[in-house]
Amino acid sequence: MERRITIPMDRETAASLRTGDTVYITGEMYVARDAAHKRLYELICEGRPLPIDLENETVYYMGPSPAREGRAIGSAGPTTSSRMDKYTPALLERGLSVMIGKGRRSEEVKRSAKEHGAVYLVAVGGAGALLSERITGSQVVCYEDLGAEAIRRIKVKDFPCIVALDSEGCDVYESRES
Amino acid sequence: MREFDVSKIAGAVAEMCERINHELSDDVSSALRRAAERETSETGRSVLSMLEENLDVAKEKRIPICQDTGMAVVFLEIGQEVSLVGGYVEDAVNEGVSRGYRDGYLRKSVVADPLERVNTGDNTPAVIHTRIVPGDRVKITLAPKGFGSENMSRLYMLKPSDGEEGVVRAVVEAVRAAGPNACPPVVVGVGLGGDFEYSALMAKRALTRPVGESSDKEHIARLEKRILDEVNSLGIGPAGLGGAVTALAVNIETFPTHIAGMPCAVNICCHVDRHISVTL
Repeated sequence: MERRITIPMDRETAASLRTGDTVYITGEMYVARDAAHKRLYELICEGRPLPIDLENETVYYMGPSPAREGRAIGSAGPTTSSRMDKYTPALLERGLSVMIGKGRRSEEVKRSAKEHGAVYLVAVGGAGALLSERITGSQVVCYEDLGAEAIRRIKVKDFPCIVALDSEGCDVYESRES
Repeated sequence: MREFDVSKIAGAVAEMCERINHELSDDVSSALRRAAERETSETGRSVLSMLEENLDVAKEKRIPICQDTGMAVVFLEIGQEVSLVGGYVEDAVNEGVSRGYRDGYLRKSVVADPLERVNTGDNTPAVIHTRIVPGDRVKITLAPKGFGSENMSRLYMLKPSDGEEGVVRAVVEAVRAAGPNACPPVVVGVGLGGDFEYSALMAKRALTRPVGESSDKEHIARLEKRILDEVNSLGIGPAGLGGAVTALAVNIETFPTHIAGMPCAVNICCHVDRHISVTL
């Protein structure tokens, strides 16, 4: 099934998504990868406030190449999600509802996502030039010192993804691998 | 002796960094375009068509094919009749990488220390492998390597009794474990024989052999084909979403080895298998 979705996504919409659906996302989302996740996780462990509010938010696991003049962003495809697994349950507990990346997730992330009604979407890895065409705005929100790993806020229009883990915990990779 | 100014190396490396991150070599791009013809899954075909379109957009609009523009791996083959002048050759390579990644709007993905993890800011240093070869030329091969697939690579210290079956099992197991994480369809580089570190180096070098070109050893060419067929029957498919095209090629390099062993390194590369050479 193909659907057009706007974010922030309410829990009812999230619950209606089914693994294998193609979705085109429009709205604003955060961008964060390894180093930013580590910092957020450490703040959570220390009981300190986060620099961003994750309630009902979407996080895209990505680290873009620099933007050329006149463009919102450089190449911008997904990075491997499993490297974020260690930090993810803590973020899901703070309201994160949509994750976008590529590849498999750990059992712990799957359990935690199901418990919180969150969904995991995948974008096509290695299609960074094409995906950047669906990103209309980008700005660094915090951790600028991390360069390509800084936390960004991006605007997307009809950003193509496939549902890899729906709110019932059905995994696209398990169902498709022989 | 032929005097050779290393500044020419810096210039060539800079130009190659920029070019190969925007345009794949013909062997890889045409293999990717041909893959759609044998893909049986609808999702797989749609992913492959996105990847084709991605190559077109990257080339036309000068946006890197993938945001992971890689760690620069450089193979230098230096003729023994060449006298390098004008500075240290590795500094020249790194100057080229620094310039290419800055001027080409490529991502800086290198941290100075594996544990402290502070970005070096210019994608240096490169990983440099140098060989002294006959002649008076300098050949530079650049292979910027993304780490989604690098992380899924493996080294098996197989034993002589494992034989060909053991090699097939090891490579297929590595590709299966890599699954969607390595951005299939992948190119599989295998280094068979030598010792621990030489097998890994051969596996990396195997990724710079053009896709579609078989080993010149007949039994190894047969093995490449056999493993490719087995890998493609795993069903992982484009982007790992199911399908018949899991790998574009299996390239195996071999070297004599010890009577007690059979090292087998598997270096996996995503479909953005960037490799480019120049001889100066």
